[in-house]
Amino acid sequence: MNIRAIGFYIGHILRIEGVLLVPALLIALFCHERESLHAFGITILILAVLSMALLSLGRRGPFWKRRRDAENSRFGEGIHAREGFVITALGWIALSLFGAFPFYLSGAIPSFVDCWFETVSGFTTTGATILSEIEGLPNSLLYWRSFTHWIGGMGVLVFLLAIIPMSKGNGETFHLLRAESPGPSVGKLTPTMRHTARLLYAIYVALTVIMIGFLLAGGMPLFDSVVHAFATAGTGGFSIKNASIAAYGSHYLQTVIAVFMVLFGVNFNVFYLILCGRASQALRSEELRTYLGIIFGATFLIALNIQPQFSSLGDAFHHSFFQVSSIMTTTGFSTVDFNLWPEFSRMILIALIIIGACAGSTGGGIKVARVIILWKALKGEMQRMLRPRTVRVVCMDGKQLDSHVIRGVFAYMTGFIAVCLLSFLCISIENYDMETTVTSVLTCIGNVGPGLSIVGPMGNFSHFSIVSKLVLSADMLIGRLEIFPFILLFSPTTWKSRT
Amino acid sequence: MKIVIVGDGKVGYTLTKRLSQEGHDIVVIDNNRSVLLQSQEALDVAVVDGNGASVEVQREAGVGSSDLLIAATSGDETNLLCCMVARKLGCRHTIARVRNPEYDQQTRFLKDELGLSMVINPEKAAALEIFRLLQYPSFLKRDSFAKGSVELVELKIKENNVLANTRLDQFRTLSNVNALVCAVERGGMVSIPKGSFSLQVGDKLTIATDAGDLVRLIKNLGVYTPKAQHVMIIGGSRTAKYLAQRLISSKVKLTIIEKNEKRCQELSETLPEATIVHGNGTEQGLLIEEGIRKMDAVVTLTGMDEENLIVSMFADFIGVPKSVTKINRTEYNNVYENKGIDSIVSPKLLTTNEIIRYVRAMDDTTGGSVVTLYRIVDGKAEALEFSIKNDAPYNNIPLHKLRLKPDILIASIIRARKVIIPSGNDEIRKGDTVIIVTTTDHAIAELRDIFIRDDA
Repeated sequence: MNIRAIGFYIGHILRIEGVLLVPALLIALFCHERESLHAFGITILILAVLSMALLSLGRRGPFWKRRRDAENSRFGEGIHAREGFVITALGWIALSLFGAFPFYLSGAIPSFVDCWFETVSGFTTTGATILSEIEGLPNSLLYWRSFTHWIGGMGVLVFLLAIIPMSKGNGETFHLLRAESPGPSVGKLTPTMRHTARLLYAIYVALTVIMIGFLLAGGMPLFDSVVHAFATAGTGGFSIKNASIAAYGSHYLQTVIAVFMVLFGVNFNVFYLILCGRASQALRSEELRTYLGIIFGATFLIALNIQPQFSSLGDAFHHSFFQVSSIMTTTGFSTVDFNLWPEFSRMILIALIIIGACAGSTGGGIKVARVIILWKALKGEMQRMLRPRTVRVVCMDGKQLDSHVIRGVFAYMTGFIAVCLLSFLCISIENYDMETTVTSVLTCIGNVGPGLSIVGPMGNFSHFSIVSKLVLSADMLIGRLEIFPFILLFSPTTWKSRT
Repeated sequence: MKIVIVGDGKVGYTLTKRLSQEGHDIVVIDNNRSVLLQSQEALDVAVVDGNGASVEVQREAGVGSSDLLIAATSGDETNLLCCMVARKLGCRHTIARVRNPEYDQQTRFLKDELGLSMVINPEKAAALEIFRLLQYPSFLKRDSFAKGSVELVELKIKENNVLANTRLDQFRTLSNVNALVCAVERGGMVSIPKGSFSLQVGDKLTIATDAGDLVRLIKNLGVYTPKAQHVMIIGGSRTAKYLAQRLISSKVKLTIIEKNEKRCQELSETLPEATIVHGNGTEQGLLIEEGIRKMDAVVTLTGMDEENLIVSMFADFIGVPKSVTKINRTEYNNVYENKGIDSIVSPKLLTTNEIIRYVRAMDDTTGGSVVTLYRIVDGKAEALEFSIKNDAPYNNIPLHKLRLKPDILIASIIRARKVIIPSGNDEIRKGDTVIIVTTTDHAIAELRDIFIRDDA
């Protein structure tokens, strides 16, 4: 295990977090919020000192200044797959840990476990909250809370790859991208990692800014627009209103948010292809078509099902669409209390929680791409049962899928189910009803936010015990990092020396 | 620059690595996913899976908007087709690897009619390199600069050599030739030596000298070995054939040992002057029977690195003055040193070097930038050639007044076809060609990069 390289990257992550805290600090200064100003100041100071220490650990052999003939001396053994996993998992844990400090130090949330839960929920873009009274929080903390969504959505390591200087031609950072990016297989958009990372962030920033513009046009105040745009872009779901988006009665604002949620749930490769003028290729993507198909199908079914509860069919469609796009993209905003909807609609929503958004988007869940691969592999296997000698390869977008990708999907599903079952057991100790137990776990591992019953859109997670909160926050991290980085962190083989 | 490389084999991978380290945007096309995955994990490049000669795949890789396509798959025809497709899609330059000797005759035609920028034949390049080494067996390596007027040669100090245990400033008096020691390799480390540097047995020197002074240099240093007259080649590969043709035309007596009988017959048909022996070239008895002891040089060209190594070591052991070994896997080169393996030739490295040189030259836009580049001493140092086209602040100033960055040396200046091995009183003038040697990693793209700026 290459400790120095890990320290180096974690140090960078902490330094970036310190810089990202500055806008919140300025808001605290601007709004005269003394407690949070102190809290942010102290956190930034801690991060600065710690990151300096970690970076100096890694800097003994600055790896971009290495000599050609001493390629192996840089960072000892270099970064391999396992360092990639460990850096990702530890990086996210460190990020959440220090991100929780402002909440704790300002005294806004008294229990540190609650702060940790809230921050993990933020960075993993889950949006599950332990706060029952959101509007009482100072502005700067509200801002930081939503900003964590925005950072976590695209991923902090991707951000790191976009800005820190890397030695030319070195592909080791690919392990980082792979460990952090959601989806069954990861590809670069452009030849160099730096360029890819920058491009992803450029698309991300552009979409966010456009969305802020649309929200402002609908009469939402600037602060609210920015905060909600962050929460939508990261497909997070923290609102600054107790009643979530329902607090803004405007149909226009709700529609804007619903449409942008759908957009942020799309694989970013699609946007890249459209930018390159290859729109037809982008629109042929099987995943995109399935994703949109599921959204429309679910909207239609739920609208018909809930129609009696609304005055008009149009209203039913509006709320159905908003809720479907919010749950499918794993954002978790709500305009109505869907906990009161008929069982059929609630079941569809649970299915959407599990499926999640597209691979390579900011959304969570098991991803549409994986569902497609699983379905195709299943179909192939069933055919083989009937005609054992048929040869059938699994294709996607007209290309054969590698067997290791399919294997990875099966491993992912097994891991997913195992983690879910274990978490069900842990949460069931609380002795809530089955709905609460099951949906609280599913919504956390899928990075959605609201579940049903007690954890429904109008409820929150404050009733859970400390242990349950820790289990659920672990689920969120496991879900965001796609099961394995987090589990591998605790596997002894990961830490054994390479001998 | 945007470069597409088709074929992720030995040459493809080495090229990808070198070019991506130089900061180019690389897309690799291959139809073997596992090698692509490996490249993607080790190098910062994009990969495309598929047949590189297909238009669809080339479009996906963005060949149309790229500056250069290099086709290095195992098939000559595939490579040529790749280049033709790329040209039609709008790629600016194309390079194809073509190794079949039958196509070798039509290189000119391929370039002119199919619009290829460069056709490269690794075996032929290796044969030429070996031939050059056999002309001056004393040198481990030779690289020529400035259209052949300057040579950078590698020399190892053996025991009882006049240079052993002398200071470097005595080099000129000892050699009595216009020559300069540019780099010394000792124990795997390369340094650019100062006058007070003391030479030892086992040091490998890189010497810059006028091409016309090579013979005098080795005679004065007492390491003269006459041009090889009797050469034995183990392995009748394509390289062997190219080499044999050249050696025969310069009247060298040649023995080729080849395992495959059919191949022996082919060789005997095309090379009637050579003695073709059918047998296993790694068999000691056979080697001795065929007179390996009396050979001036042994060249091992079988397809197996291990066989080549062991036969070369044996040749050195029984006292053959010169052996040249073909090695494909170059990452172990440090291990072979001092094991009787002096000159190593690697078709893969030769090919990549030649292509990299071409790429660097493509980049050349302003005066004073690199014309050619050679990696010397196993890639641990670089020799760069610049031509001074414009007036520059460093022109016409005696060198001792200019301050060079550390680890950089001006090896020679070529003015009006005359080679100047510079001393402190020489100066760089407009129109000169300048060769520098450096061990730094700082990319040197222009000549002014080598000086310490005074304005700072």
